[in-house]
Amino acid sequence: MTELTLTGASLDRARLLRLFQDYGVYAGVVVLLLFNFAFTPHFVSAENFRTQAVQVAPVLIVALGMALAIGTEGVDLSVGSVMALSTSLLSLYLGYGPWIAALTAVLGGVVVGVANGALIAFVGVQPIVATLALMVAGRGLALVLLPQLKDVRDPGMARLGSGAVLGVPYLVLIAAALALVVAFVVRRTTFGRQVLAIGDSRAAARLAGLPVRRVLVVVYVCGGALAAVAGVLATARLAASDPTSLGTLMELSAITAVVVGGTPLSGGRVRVGGTVAGAVLIQLLTTTLIKHDLPPSWTQIAQAVVIVLAVYAARERGRR
Amino acid sequence: MLSVTHLSKTFPGVRALTDVDFTARAGEVHALVGENGAGKSTLIKVLTGVHRPDAGEVRYDGEPVRFSTPLQAQHAGISTIYQEVNLVPLMSVARNLFLGREPLGRLGLIDFRRLHREADDALRRLGVRVDVRRPLRELGVGAQQMVALARAVAVDARVVVMDEPTSSLEPREVQTLFGVIRMLRERGVAVIYVSHRMDELYEICDTVTVLRDGRVVHSGPLAGLDRLRLVAMMLGREIGEVRAEGLTKFSGSHDPAAEPVLRAAGLTVRHRLEDVSLTLRPGEVVGLGGLLGSGRSETAKAIAGALPTDAGRVVVAGVPVRAGSTAAAIRAGISLLPEDRKAEGIVPGLSVRENIALAALPALSRFGLVDDARVDRIVETFMKRLRIKAAGPHQKVGELSGGNQQKVLLARWLALRPKVLLLDEPTRGIDVGAKAEVQALIDELADDGLAVLLISSDTEELIEGSDRVVVLKDGVVVSELTGDAVTEDALMRAIAAVPAGGSDD
Amino acid sequence: MTTHTEETGRSAGTVSPQAGDPARAGRSERLSALAQQHGALVTLVTAMAVASLSFDTFLTGDNLENMALSSAFLAVVALGMTFVIVTGGIDLSVGSLFALGGVLAAWGSRYGTVVALLLPLAVCGLIGLVNGLLIARVRLAPFIVTLAAMLGARGILLAITDEGSTTYLVDKDSFFARLGQGSLLGVGVPVWITVVLFVLGAVVLRRTRFGQYVYAVGGNEDAGALMGAPVARTKVSVYTLSGLCAGLAGALNAAWLVSGVTILGTGMELEAISAVVIGGTLLSGGFGFISGSLVGVLLLKVIQNVINQIGSLDSAYQQVVSGAFLAVVVVAQTLLGRRRRVL
Repeated sequence: MTELTLTGASLDRARLLRLFQDYGVYAGVVVLLLFNFAFTPHFVSAENFRTQAVQVAPVLIVALGMALAIGTEGVDLSVGSVMALSTSLLSLYLGYGPWIAALTAVLGGVVVGVANGALIAFVGVQPIVATLALMVAGRGLALVLLPQLKDVRDPGMARLGSGAVLGVPYLVLIAAALALVVAFVVRRTTFGRQVLAIGDSRAAARLAGLPVRRVLVVVYVCGGALAAVAGVLATARLAASDPTSLGTLMELSAITAVVVGGTPLSGGRVRVGGTVAGAVLIQLLTTTLIKHDLPPSWTQIAQAVVIVLAVYAARERGRR
Repeated sequence: MLSVTHLSKTFPGVRALTDVDFTARAGEVHALVGENGAGKSTLIKVLTGVHRPDAGEVRYDGEPVRFSTPLQAQHAGISTIYQEVNLVPLMSVARNLFLGREPLGRLGLIDFRRLHREADDALRRLGVRVDVRRPLRELGVGAQQMVALARAVAVDARVVVMDEPTSSLEPREVQTLFGVIRMLRERGVAVIYVSHRMDELYEICDTVTVLRDGRVVHSGPLAGLDRLRLVAMMLGREIGEVRAEGLTKFSGSHDPAAEPVLRAAGLTVRHRLEDVSLTLRPGEVVGLGGLLGSGRSETAKAIAGALPTDAGRVVVAGVPVRAGSTAAAIRAGISLLPEDRKAEGIVPGLSVRENIALAALPALSRFGLVDDARVDRIVETFMKRLRIKAAGPHQKVGELSGGNQQKVLLARWLALRPKVLLLDEPTRGIDVGAKAEVQALIDELADDGLAVLLISSDTEELIEGSDRVVVLKDGVVVSELTGDAVTEDALMRAIAAVPAGGSDD
Repeated sequence: MTTHTEETGRSAGTVSPQAGDPARAGRSERLSALAQQHGALVTLVTAMAVASLSFDTFLTGDNLENMALSSAFLAVVALGMTFVIVTGGIDLSVGSLFALGGVLAAWGSRYGTVVALLLPLAVCGLIGLVNGLLIARVRLAPFIVTLAAMLGARGILLAITDEGSTTYLVDKDSFFARLGQGSLLGVGVPVWITVVLFVLGAVVLRRTRFGQYVYAVGGNEDAGALMGAPVARTKVSVYTLSGLCAGLAGALNAAWLVSGVTILGTGMELEAISAVVIGGTLLSGGFGFISGSLVGVLLLKVIQNVINQIGSLDSAYQQVVSGAFLAVVVVAQTLLGRRRRVL
């Protein structure tokens, strides 16, 4: 057993690793920002920052729900399909006014979340598999409800999609508010503690009398609702409902943001700030590569590398 | 055949084996006994190549050897049968038996006809008749053990290590197993037999080695060794110890109320517990005595709803508690400090503060919002009262010492203001100072009117801490010591008593 | 898998040295095992019977040929996936590898059939190998590793096709094109290749030592290791195999379409996983069979075909039905597994 003979050097390495896990994502954001300040033309402009932020918003909102699921040592692959379902429902019910339509869309996400949660908590299906089934069925359902792209011409939706307060787009405000809410929930509520305890040690949580099943269901309901909200916002911004392509690969982007942000896949920890930074980091990475005339294919490869590196870095912690 | 000399092994923070000599001879069944933490499993793991020794030598067939993997040891002829069946449940019996050495036919493909025939033969020779084509998991645990045994024997094993092979066997299956062991002995195989069941040891074993605290305290022939002496050696109550007598922090007797607060009746869990009943009165510490594997932890878990029962009921303050639900038990006022602190107790990634507040959170919250001020108050109170040594309430529990982890868990349960506290090995693996503190605390809690059930492998702790001791053996209550009868002598006699009807009923 | 071994003891005390009664003990187990093994086949036959009664166009040669061809490519992908899932893993990269394989094959076909086949096999096999090494040696979670590979492979595909704008064409008269377009005894060549591959796959999984290791790793990794199964090597092999299968399927598909279409393969990993699970393979690993995956693929394609035949129904219903089907199968598997434990 080597633990007894930890040398100074390896201790330093462990500390460095921990620092990297905790703050690497922020450092990455700063480095990319500095790089772009220095070398990217037209980067520093209010307009550009607005664009970037608006693009991050839906990913971030989905990632917040994903962070909760990963915090319980689970995952939610159905989020992209929930976005599609939400955009379909939104279009269908827009006749009743934007509020009713948006509520219906979110309700759709809640229903998917309940199904996910029930499969996972009560039947005992692995999260990957349960949410995979809902991912397939959800996208299909979205397409059944709305077979093709449809323009959304609603003044309320248009305002939501492109309006701003003091120069800050609504989308960004909503995403920021939701991030604050989730951070608050994780830190200050009973539910937040229970999520972490379940993810860290399910046996201990059960013996401590925590309502494990109920917490799991609520986690996936939150994930569904947040994904649906993201779907509504994305629809508003695009001024169109496109259930075929909206949210494809969103589960991947969201997982990346969460993992890059320092939340371990092994559960027990939810880093909301890191998740925000993770989403921003990936957006910046994409922008940087595109603005320097590197083709989009590079961003995918870069994202793949970043994911593997992030998981690799987090692995050491998961082992302990 | 297989021997070790001057073997030492240290794990971080624990000295698991110190200067151990042990020899398994051909044609001999050698019992390896000792209480929890005595070092049995470490010794076995060194013998079978799972761990490597820090000091000392392993000799096999006269030659010094160093196995670096269990596989190497297996190839050399040392087979191990673990307590939990280590086979692949979804694969067929025959495939399990021959995994990695299947008979190959033409084109290098597996010859299933031969595979099944040979598997059938191998099991028949052990007196087991099963359909070898069926998945292993369809077999009973006993039969699965037999398959594991057949696998061990089939690789031409010269040493077979059995780690509590009978813990989930029916009496009839045990007899079959013994038949196989006798056959192995005649063939000149060295058998190392680990068990806590006295009756079995005396029935099947030739020699015995007793380990305690990582040292060999006795080694010699079993026949002629008095049962009481063997129990005494395992529990370490004769040899003069470093620890002086009476060092436990228990005051002695309490002043229990007349009416029991907890009544458990007829608790039965297949293979584990048989009709266990006990009562706890407020202000009383009841000890649960018995050797390892006698059903002490299972009793506590069954009461706390953490182990599903086949029969029996638990009543707290006159109200029946729904069985099989930890949440219901906790609501009724039953708190369990589990034996496996690391896996079932602490939530290592959360802070001291959050761990203490975890179970009581609903009571410490308003509208789902944690009332931080109240949590802080409670955490501060308990950290002070239990003298929890941490860098602060925000330090992760995983980073604390064992004793402080235990105190955090105690605080978690005390914060719920329970009526009944079940303590499973509350002082194991924690340092002397913390141990004394925990013992004093148990006393104090009983004085405050709590009903406490104390499980401890430390006889001294059990005797001095308890007002009454209920003695378990093989899942059955065999004796209850009260008043002046609460002595180590009486306890050991109760454990060592030969059952009236022999070992199998 | 290890925790319930003790509880299985309740089901049957079949040790019975004198007179065993193993027959009675496992009857209900056997029923559920039967349901698991042949449920998909029964459903397939029923679906085909209903479809042929309902639609005159269903049992026509053209329609069957069409279904067989469109099943072939997915089936090859599902073949590799079966090995991965039996080890208890998952491979989400196969859709991207399928597309990448097609593009590489089409590009390589100008240098002859050998290049057209070897290039996709080499590249996709290599990506599978990397997946396997990261999973088995570095011990990262399979789903995240293969998720990254899915992204990375799609990126490589875009990089070699000018961001997806270039479509390499296969010479219609080349031997390579005939691999996709030709037919033998009235059955398309890809279908023949698929059949051969499935027979080979079934033999490897059931009849070789490697196959036994695949089951052992998925059934109980620790026990497998103790019994001498080369756990890491087995895992690396199955992910490599899955990459090879996906690449080959892509190449055959390119030969069939006589071009390397860049937008193919999205969602194919889901289809493949669904087919494997519907075919009776346990997602938790340790149990499954090759023929089931073939039945699963066919079932998915029949559902698709039927939905297409119902003119009024949108093809999106197919996803709803497969998703629901997948959910039902998984729930049934979990419940059956649990019942076996409790009994």
